[in-house]
Amino acid sequence: MSLANRIANLFRRSSVDREIDRELAAHIAMRIEDNVTAGMTPKEARRDALVRFGSRSAAKERTAEADAALFATGIWADLRYAIRQLLRAPGFACTAIVVLALGIAASVAIFAFVDAALIKPLPYRDPGRLVALFESNPLGPRFHLSYLDYLDWKRINSAFRSLDAYDDTEFMMDATSGAQRAPGASVSDGFFRTLGVAPALGRSFRAGEDLPSAPRTVLLSYAAWQTRYGARADVLGQTVMLNGLPNTIIGVLPQGFHFAPVGSPEFWTTLHRSTSEDRGEHGLLAIARLKDGIDLKTASANLSSIAETLAKQYPDADAGRGATVVELPEMIAGRFRPVLLVLLSGAALLLLIAYVNVASLLLVRSENRRLEVTLRGALGATPGRLARQFVTEGILLAALGCGIGLSAASVAMKLLTKLIPTEMMSSMPYLQGLGLNTHVLLFSGLLTAGATLLFSVVPLVALAASSPFQRPGLSAGLSAGQRGFAGTLWRRIGSNLVVIELATAMVLLVCAGLLGKSFYRLLHTELGMQPDHLAVLRVDTPRTGYEKNEQLANLARTIISRVESLPGVQSVGLTHNLPVDGGGNSSTFKIVGRPPSPSPSEEVVRQVSPDYFRTLHSRLLRGRFFLPADDASHPQVVIVNEAMARRHFPGEDPLGKRIMYDDSSPKMEVVGVVEDVKEGELDHATRPILYVPYAQDPGPTLCVIARTSQSEESLLPVIAAAIHEIDPGLMTYDAETMIDRINSSQAAYLHRSSAWLVGGFAALALVLAVVGLYGVISYSVSQRTREIGVRMALGAQQSSVYRMILSEAGWLSGIGIAAGLLCSVAAAILMRSLLFGTQAWDAATLIAVAILLAAAAMFASYIPARRAASVNPVEALRAE
Amino acid sequence: MAKNDLQGSLDLLILKTLSQKGDLHGYGIVLHIQRASEDLLSVEEGSLYPALHRMEQSGWVTSQWALSETNRKAKFYKLTAAGRKQLKEAEESFEQLVKGVRAMLRYA
Repeated sequence: MSLANRIANLFRRSSVDREIDRELAAHIAMRIEDNVTAGMTPKEARRDALVRFGSRSAAKERTAEADAALFATGIWADLRYAIRQLLRAPGFACTAIVVLALGIAASVAIFAFVDAALIKPLPYRDPGRLVALFESNPLGPRFHLSYLDYLDWKRINSAFRSLDAYDDTEFMMDATSGAQRAPGASVSDGFFRTLGVAPALGRSFRAGEDLPSAPRTVLLSYAAWQTRYGARADVLGQTVMLNGLPNTIIGVLPQGFHFAPVGSPEFWTTLHRSTSEDRGEHGLLAIARLKDGIDLKTASANLSSIAETLAKQYPDADAGRGATVVELPEMIAGRFRPVLLVLLSGAALLLLIAYVNVASLLLVRSENRRLEVTLRGALGATPGRLARQFVTEGILLAALGCGIGLSAASVAMKLLTKLIPTEMMSSMPYLQGLGLNTHVLLFSGLLTAGATLLFSVVPLVALAASSPFQRPGLSAGLSAGQRGFAGTLWRRIGSNLVVIELATAMVLLVCAGLLGKSFYRLLHTELGMQPDHLAVLRVDTPRTGYEKNEQLANLARTIISRVESLPGVQSVGLTHNLPVDGGGNSSTFKIVGRPPSPSPSEEVVRQVSPDYFRTLHSRLLRGRFFLPADDASHPQVVIVNEAMARRHFPGEDPLGKRIMYDDSSPKMEVVGVVEDVKEGELDHATRPILYVPYAQDPGPTLCVIARTSQSEESLLPVIAAAIHEIDPGLMTYDAETMIDRINSSQAAYLHRSSAWLVGGFAALALVLAVVGLYGVISYSVSQRTREIGVRMALGAQQSSVYRMILSEAGWLSGIGIAAGLLCSVAAAILMRSLLFGTQAWDAATLIAVAILLAAAAMFASYIPARRAASVNPVEALRAE
Repeated sequence: MAKNDLQGSLDLLILKTLSQKGDLHGYGIVLHIQRASEDLLSVEEGSLYPALHRMEQSGWVTSQWALSETNRKAKFYKLTAAGRKQLKEAEESFEQLVKGVRAMLRYA
């Protein structure tokens, strides 16, 4: 039979069927004829012919199967039958599909984030050869480098094919609607060549274009080109005013391009730094492309030796500074790796429970379908044919669950990205365009394949032990099918599955508990201030009119008095950088009278106004706060925090000690010690800080903090308006309440989202595990109805029946919880980097979770136990 | 030989029958096997057809509807070149089997 014929047969199954029928009928008819010829009566002849022929339907079925062309139509029949089966048990079908969809949706959605952040290659040429460079200093390994250091690194190194510097910045852009702030970045001339990125339109920066003498040029991000310039091709050559200077647009970067270390800039300019800069002005970061055959270690050694030479050559600026080389992908998303991996593991555990749950549902069902299978076997279905039916049903179930799960996942991804604060989102540009890409679809395909395999193998294994698959046991299957060996087998498999489910749920619950506790601890961490009723706002000065320190100091005084006079404002503090998540400048310094040390100390410096601490309600431990008189015309003073006092003045009184940045700068006297204000990240210990009066060291950007007597939120626009009244050229932005600032800080966000997501997974896992336990116990009860009936007929009390069922459940839960306890401590130790102020073996959490799970398990088994105890012995025995 | 024999042997019997008798329908094959084996071998008649159809799918036999000697419409099977080759192989391996079993039985 040709292939064309076989395909054609697909469409005429009935004709093929008829042909087989005719062939078999002819055979029997010929036998009857011969029998009659041999002298039998027609009745005898027919009987003999049929006996000799054997089962006609079986012969037909197998003959049809032999016709390979019929295989596909067989599958279609199976599929229709499978759909009918699912429709006939809607409760089972819905439960299985929903459970599966939930598990798949959670895993796929989280995987999409993992893929975007950790797996998908960065949009650069050969990103594996790119590294990020930092200067290390006594504060840590990843700090900025200075322009002159960058030039020396670039000139001397032998490890990199190219090395380029960059800096994120904020431009004041002159638009038709007035001045606007626009995120930007400035880079050295070879930056895009090092990344291996070519503009979508126009050209990239040419060599030498980053020199102070070169005309100013700018590249647009694709988004800026779309939104600000309407995607017009004639933007090339146009001029845009940035920070009051004209820049010529020379190109547009490609659509998928992003460089997370600078956030999401709209304008990319060149550095335009001058070699007359101070080597101690550390404000740049760098990237480099490794030469062929050079690995990270070699490159790191090369750069470190250069840094060592520079430190000797320029001890004032570079003493104590080394070099750090990390892979660029690690720098870009390394921070999120632990969180994402924990979430992915959580989702995987949830998926495991979902799989186990559906598998055990299928087991129960295959038990209940024993009679059907036996019957079909008796009517001539081959074992292979029956197996195919179950495989088809498994595929159908998995496909439906995965299909729904996938749509749910794509909705979940959108929701989750919406929940990320805008500011954080712009620092993670690789999350843009998150969706069902090839990787994600491949991953879902794998999950579906796994589900299919599991769901078709499980009922087959269960049924393999039962009669229809063993040819001789036909009658046994028909009569005694409901009890016996297979039932016991299932109870054993089912029990093991439930133990796995309970243990997994326990792990998720413990992790959720620990993360929740960490989040609570984080929000209740000692801030060194009273965060309610604080309104904060940033102010940026136009560059013209505020060039001199005196002008800035005057502006600060005006702002303070103007905002303080607003009704509802109690006091006002100014600072160069806001508490909580505020970055900050650091500076090396010496303590007067101490012997010179080979590596100078370096700590964070904050410029604050006299009322800064009073406004925050921070406590003064010793000495005094700054006074309005601490200005440029008076001796320089400094206040240190507790951490500073502990580290640099152990066992001494810091008051009266004098500090200077370097030999050329004036000495500053320590006039006060304040408690540690959480200036940095919430989940890090507060660093030593040097506070200096804003009036003695002003800067062009400042932050206003107002303590209010009424709702701080309502005062935000009032404060902004008051500042604009002083000078319409002042830009105000990031107006928010301190509470909001704390809640939306990156640390709080990461802890909150991981606590909520893992908590959600854990809640689902708890429900699924309890439902699973309920299923096993009620199945066990239904199998033992007769036994229970006999026991009760023989005088067993209801209480002893309760005891019997509950002890079975108790055993299972006990083993599950014990196993879960061990696994959770192990899991918690693995994720301890995400815990804040909480131990991995936090006893309170472990005990609470164990009790919760035990209570839920008892509740789930109480229902079937009650059913067992109310069995009517007479009916139970008669029902058999 | 027992009734439920290995499929390989049934294939061998069918192929051999067709090679000896030319075109034949299923019932004719059954009769020939009985007659030629002097009633020692009896096939479960229904099981013949899956085997015949499988062999047709494998290209060992072709089929055609025709009238039987008693003027009844029946499906006649015919050996192909591939079928002849298959028969040769099957015969050889069967001889090997018989030889092996016989050697085992004679082993003292």
